[in-house]
Amino acid sequence: MSAINPERRKFLGKTSAVFAGLVIAPGVLLYDFAHGRAAGEAASGRVRWGMLVDTGQCASDCNDCVSACNKENGLSGGTSATDSQWIRKVELKDLRSGRTTSLPVMCQHCEHPPCADVCPTGASFRRADGIVLVDKHRCIGCRYCMMACPYKARSFVHEPLTDQNPDVPRGKGTVESCTLCVHRVDRGEQPACVEACAKAGRRAILFGDIADPESEISKRIRAVASAQIRADLMLNPGIRYEGM
Amino acid sequence: MYNKAESRNFYALVAAGGLIVGIGLIAAYLMEEHGHIITGMNNQIVWGMPHVFAIFMIVAASGVLNVASVGSVFGRAAYKARAPLSGLLSIALLAGGLTVLMLDLGRADRLIVAMTHYNLTSVFAWNVVLYSGLFSFVAIYLWTMMEQRMNPWSKPAGFVVFAWRIILTTGTGLIFAFLVARQAYGSALLPPMFIVASFAWGLAVFHLAQAAMYAWNGKTPGPEIMRRMRILLGIFVLGTLYFVFAYHLTNLYFAKQTGFEQFILAGGGIFPWLFWAGYVFLGSLLPLLFLFHSGLHKTSYTVIASLLVILGSFAFLYVFIIGGQAYPLFIFPGYEASSSFGDGQIASYSPSLPEFLLGFGGIGVAFLITAISARVLNLLPHDIPDRRKRDAY
Amino acid sequence: MKLMKNFLLVLLLAMTPAWAGDSVAPRLDIGKGGQCVEDPKLMRRNHMDILRHQRDETMRSGVRGSRHSLAGCVDCHASSRNNSVLGGSENFCQGCHTYAGVRIDCFECHSSKRKTVAEAGK
Ligand code: HEC
Ligand code: HEC
Ligand code: HEC
Repeated sequence: MSAINPERRKFLGKTSAVFAGLVIAPGVLLYDFAHGRAAGEAASGRVRWGMLVDTGQCASDCNDCVSACNKENGLSGGTSATDSQWIRKVELKDLRSGRTTSLPVMCQHCEHPPCADVCPTGASFRRADGIVLVDKHRCIGCRYCMMACPYKARSFVHEPLTDQNPDVPRGKGTVESCTLCVHRVDRGEQPACVEACAKAGRRAILFGDIADPESEISKRIRAVASAQIRADLMLNPGIRYEGM
Repeated sequence: MYNKAESRNFYALVAAGGLIVGIGLIAAYLMEEHGHIITGMNNQIVWGMPHVFAIFMIVAASGVLNVASVGSVFGRAAYKARAPLSGLLSIALLAGGLTVLMLDLGRADRLIVAMTHYNLTSVFAWNVVLYSGLFSFVAIYLWTMMEQRMNPWSKPAGFVVFAWRIILTTGTGLIFAFLVARQAYGSALLPPMFIVASFAWGLAVFHLAQAAMYAWNGKTPGPEIMRRMRILLGIFVLGTLYFVFAYHLTNLYFAKQTGFEQFILAGGGIFPWLFWAGYVFLGSLLPLLFLFHSGLHKTSYTVIASLLVILGSFAFLYVFIIGGQAYPLFIFPGYEASSSFGDGQIASYSPSLPEFLLGFGGIGVAFLITAISARVLNLLPHDIPDRRKRDAY
Repeated sequence: MKLMKNFLLVLLLAMTPAWAGDSVAPRLDIGKGGQCVEDPKLMRRNHMDILRHQRDETMRSGVRGSRHSLAGCVDCHASSRNNSVLGGSENFCQGCHTYAGVRIDCFECHSSKRKTVAEAGK
């Protein structure tokens, strides 16, 4: 990572103009780009947020998406068995060819989320725009959703917390997972991991509306081969992976 | 009817039970205060020792009703005399199990949320309905048996209870059977396996309670009914064993979960030990010997056998619940996975003291309910010793 | 029952001169000042219902930018001393709730600090 990466430089050069634009007119530019909603408007069922992860661009020694997620959401960053991890880097080794792949795994934001099916109180739910969330006001901490999630995407808060990020309330005794940075997405921004990955010059994660055929992500999904993890379970996750 | 010394002993017993419940409540309070960090549970093993206790009690609560069903539904007089005790034990065990389950919640203070928001697609929510249903139906059933006027209704009430508890145990099995993503659980054999296991575990609890009550009152149950109930327990233990093996075999040969089965049955450290030595040998084969060997007909052997069956059930549930979670989730078929979040690794778990205390607290709740009600309601089974009379019954 | 309690409370609050600055009643640090999002009288009685409604709107439907947002209350009502709505008998939410004998769990998760400050501290 420390060596200067020419690709990265070029990318930074190209994108700095865009970033400058973001700084000058954040509201205007991003609103159009990512369907930020006006105040008082509910999430729309015509939108489905999703991601396309290009494992070819993801390096095993890069953890930037994870760090960015921890920072954005106020996670400790610890990796003990009782620490929350909303996104993790998984290293894969193909058992036949020996080829290795690195990729981030987080809540896959299923169309038919098993967590929501099993949740006794309806705390786990899928928002109209496809984001799977825990309504922590309703969560009783039974952890059945953690048993049901095929991706092991959820964590339970084992300890009392203090000094949470004002945008991301979290608390002891409830289950949590990747929210697709819902507080940012609702403002018209990208999830923190996506931004961090781009900043690292990799752009391995593409975020967008997969229900809109004209979106960049939809076009790319049509153009390249990509797959869902455990597609056999027919959950239709909103996160797709290229190069697996 | 009770003398002074007996009364003193009884209050001492109740005080001991109360102490265990109290300690359990303190454990629950500590878990609530400090969070689940003080338990051995973590993000990989999300259900631990409290769930072993709770599921044992809930499953046994349904199975213990078997005695009542044989009496009411199948009209056997000797079992009918035991139906009230069977109903009481069911309510007591269910209360104990639910107490543990509830106090283990991350937000036990939100019980009101659980009762006002039902997600109809959730097996858990169905189970809440099934549990409260069982409470009410068994209570009504007890009433029909104990209130002379209501006696004619006790048979239909018995039928309802019979049907309801079969559905309830099916529901308990489904909690796991619906977890399709986990190798250990997504099997259609789980509901029937849990039903048969409930018969065995419930009857074992019944044997213990019955023996204690007879001993307390300085009486002995008739040899004929003991023989029948002993054999019944043996049959249920065999039946459970059969289903457990069928479950593992189908996992091996149909579902091709060879990795998981090899883990649980052979290479997985504590789990194969608990399975073979704990569940199969101590919890099934040894009790079978005690139950069926012609030289071992004293009640004390049946009591030992029942204790062993209960011990074995805990071993079984530990392997089933914790072993089932310890084996890594199969997220990337064809790949070897590793990560900071335990991908591709066997998860580790060591139960902590508060978990055990909470579990025993639940057993204490069941014990207190049983002891107090059995004394107040005088539930000691009264067998009609004379053969002619019994035939006329 | 609850209505009754609220009613009595409001009556009590309205009637006691304490509310005007006596030592018995909480002297609350209103925070930034300006105007509350609703009539203060109404807020005193109904803020919990307003918050609950807003909570479901935002959490489940994704409605943002409402003036009833909890983060908004905190931003305005946080004390100028410790930038928080909690902390002591003068702090807005805590002061009144302690006085009224109410316990809320909201700030086990939600930040009790004014947003700008909370973020600068990171
Ligand atoms: C723009 C700043 C502002 C915002 C935002 C705001 N308030 Fe207020 N609020 C005030 C002020 C100023 C007062 C005092 C008004 C007065 O006493 O005349 C007040 C009064 C109140 C009172 C009555 C206090 C008393 O002493 O009787 C309550 C309760 C209250 N606010 C709750 C809330 C809640 C809950 C929210 C969020 C939904 C909120 N406020 C948002 C400024 C604000
Ligand atoms: C277990 C954690 C937790 C507790 C306790 C909790 N909340 Fe929340 N709350 C959240 C989360 C998570 C969100 C979603 C934040 C987002 O998406 O922006 C949220 C959002 C909200 C919102 C909408 C966002 C805003 O700032 O307006 C309101 C209103 C709200 N909560 C009110 C409450 C109230 C009132 C209480 C106490 C009765 C409470 N919450 C307790 C976790 C919690
Ligand atoms: C003027 C006094 C006062 C102030 C200031 C105040 N509250 Fe309250 N609040 C009350 C009273 C009184 C109740 C209890 C009403 C009841 O029991 O019906 C209450 C109840 C609540 C409840 C519902 C609790 C429950 O268990 O039902 C919430 C949530 C709440 N307040 C949030 C807040 C927040 C957040 C603030 C700070 C922004 C705040 N309150 C400021 C007086 C106040």
